[in-house]
Amino acid sequence: MTEMNCNEFVELVTDFLDGALDEDDQTRFVDHLSLCDGCSTYLDQIRETSDALADLPAVQTLPDEAREHLLAAFRKT
Amino acid sequence: MPLPPDDELVIRLRDGDDTAFALVLDAWSEGMLRLARSFVADADTAAEVVQETWLAVIRGLGRFEGRSALKTWVYRICVNQAKRRGVAESRFEPVPGVDDGPTVDPARFRSDDEEWAGHWRSLPAPWPDPEQQALAGEIRARLAAALARLPERQRVVITLRDVEGYGSDEVCEMLEITAANQRVLLHRARAFVRAELETYYAGKEVRA
Repeated sequence: MTEMNCNEFVELVTDFLDGALDEDDQTRFVDHLSLCDGCSTYLDQIRETSDALADLPAVQTLPDEAREHLLAAFRKT
Repeated sequence: MPLPPDDELVIRLRDGDDTAFALVLDAWSEGMLRLARSFVADADTAAEVVQETWLAVIRGLGRFEGRSALKTWVYRICVNQAKRRGVAESRFEPVPGVDDGPTVDPARFRSDDEEWAGHWRSLPAPWPDPEQQALAGEIRARLAAALARLPERQRVVITLRDVEGYGSDEVCEMLEITAANQRVLLHRARAFVRAELETYYAGKEVRA
């Protein structure tokens, strides 16, 4: 089993976070992660990016008029 | 307050219980607006898409078979409505030549003829503590700008997965794509957005 390099690691972060790596790649990935500060930082930053996106507030709500129109349409059925 | 379980909701909706309809309308419309907005040019069009979606849901309730979650079914209708109004593509497969290749600039790694080939030339700079309130608003603005710059298919996937928090299976159901394709798009989108944040933080470092 060959060691993983950083340029391969960065392309596997999403698979890793989704639990989609096969057994061999998972082992190589985790091994590399434990040895490489740069890749550890990169993975953390991908997670942070994903977490930050989860905090984006809703920018748009359904206007009251639209809501009333839809409720009326529902009642008609 | 959590919604009633699907089987109860469906019975009530089919019975014409408008309290139940108001519940789902209020619970799901914001997320649907965000989803629609990732397809269409402006907020007004997104609002139209969501209204058309709800009307289609009302008409189609008799056809819902419970093979997926009700919300997934509603969102899938929303995706289809949005695709019809959207400017660009209707297919969600990764585009060859666009959605493949490295997501991190190869120049950031040592080349094959160097020692430690494939390793970082210089390590990614750590980011400051995201809890700092002063940065929060600016970060959100940068994130929104980054999302707007993504190709539609990537924006839709990252919106559903990361902004809205749906799991891989649900998103595949909504968009009718494979898990592998969905992950390719998510991967590219996340790498791009991360890079935008990296640029932002690097700029702040320089100014400090």
